[in-house]
Amino acid sequence: MYIDPHVHMVSRTTDDYERMALAGCVAITEPAFWAGYDRSSAAGFFDYFRTLTEYEPRRAAQYGIAHHTWLCINPKEAEDLGLAREVMSIIPEFLERPSVLGIGEIGLNKNSRNELRIFEEHLELAGRHDQMILIHTPHLEDKLKGTRLILDALDDAGVDPGRVLVDHVEEHTVELVLDRGYWAGMTLYPETKCTPQRAADIFEVYGQERIWINSAGDWGPSDPLAVPKCQQELRSRGHLEEMIRKVSFENPLKFLSQSGKFRTTSS
Amino acid sequence: MTNPDERCPVPADEVVGRYFLEHRAKLLDIAAFLDRVERAGAPDDDFRIEAMHRAIDQLGVKGHDRARRIQEIFSDPSLEPVDAAPMKGALGAHDPESADD
Ligand SMILES: [Zn+2]
Repeated sequence: MYIDPHVHMVSRTTDDYERMALAGCVAITEPAFWAGYDRSSAAGFFDYFRTLTEYEPRRAAQYGIAHHTWLCINPKEAEDLGLAREVMSIIPEFLERPSVLGIGEIGLNKNSRNELRIFEEHLELAGRHDQMILIHTPHLEDKLKGTRLILDALDDAGVDPGRVLVDHVEEHTVELVLDRGYWAGMTLYPETKCTPQRAADIFEVYGQERIWINSAGDWGPSDPLAVPKCQQELRSRGHLEEMIRKVSFENPLKFLSQSGKFRTTSS
Repeated sequence: MTNPDERCPVPADEVVGRYFLEHRAKLLDIAAFLDRVERAGAPDDDFRIEAMHRAIDQLGVKGHDRARRIQEIFSDPSLEPVDAAPMKGALGAHDPESADD
């Protein structure tokens, strides 16, 4: 049994829901992200938020998977401040919906001033509406710098670290995030992030508190079954079932339950 | 935060055998990639290839933090936000000539 706390099902087929259910998935959370192209208007985001809050929960339910979401305008589309602010203005009307867990995935992409400004405005939005936060850290060479900028902005905003998950950590950023009291997510991506083996190494070195794994499955090279594959890697190394359950089920359950809206089909 | 007895539970006499062939193959992939780059006549001062060579040097340096050190070699070391995003994607290594330094 597992929870995949970061997966972009709008980009996946219904067959993937079935395969995930067969592998033991009982709940997922889907952050709002970049569609692979820039949307031309806030209306495009309005429709996307409806997909995330109306259509996807129904599609997931057919396979016994509880679907939840996080809303925002992602950092890749945050260079246009006008559009970003217009999109942020339509978010509050969705926040009361039963499957919306908070604001995400916000953060940085190329570590630009506008991205940082919109990130800070999202933090204010979350604060005003008492929302939890899911954060995207940049890719590859931009990750270390972006993680530092994000952590500084979070500290300045005075948010409760226990209600913030900083995602896509790797060997050079995991300790920065955990040491400051935030939750950390490891993304299991074939080429650009962690492999199941490296994620298992990170659990062994940095422990199993306030940390989880996700597939971040999307329209790019990615694997919606990455979480059970990492469970298998841990099992083959001789880790206890209790530990495997903690990082792939209990930890996400503990963090996400703070929203008051998270549920699994097993409970 | 680091676990004081950061051990992989795979027994010492098994851990090499279990993963060796997979990583031997990855090393040959890197070697063949560098051969390919040379045969194609790509300039050997490409910042990505230079970073890769610095990263490869770290493989021979003992300690249990090779992965972290290599991640840091590929990372942008600057601290200030850039004025505008130059593109959406990332290249995998920091270009020391890039405008944001
Ligand atoms: Zn994502």
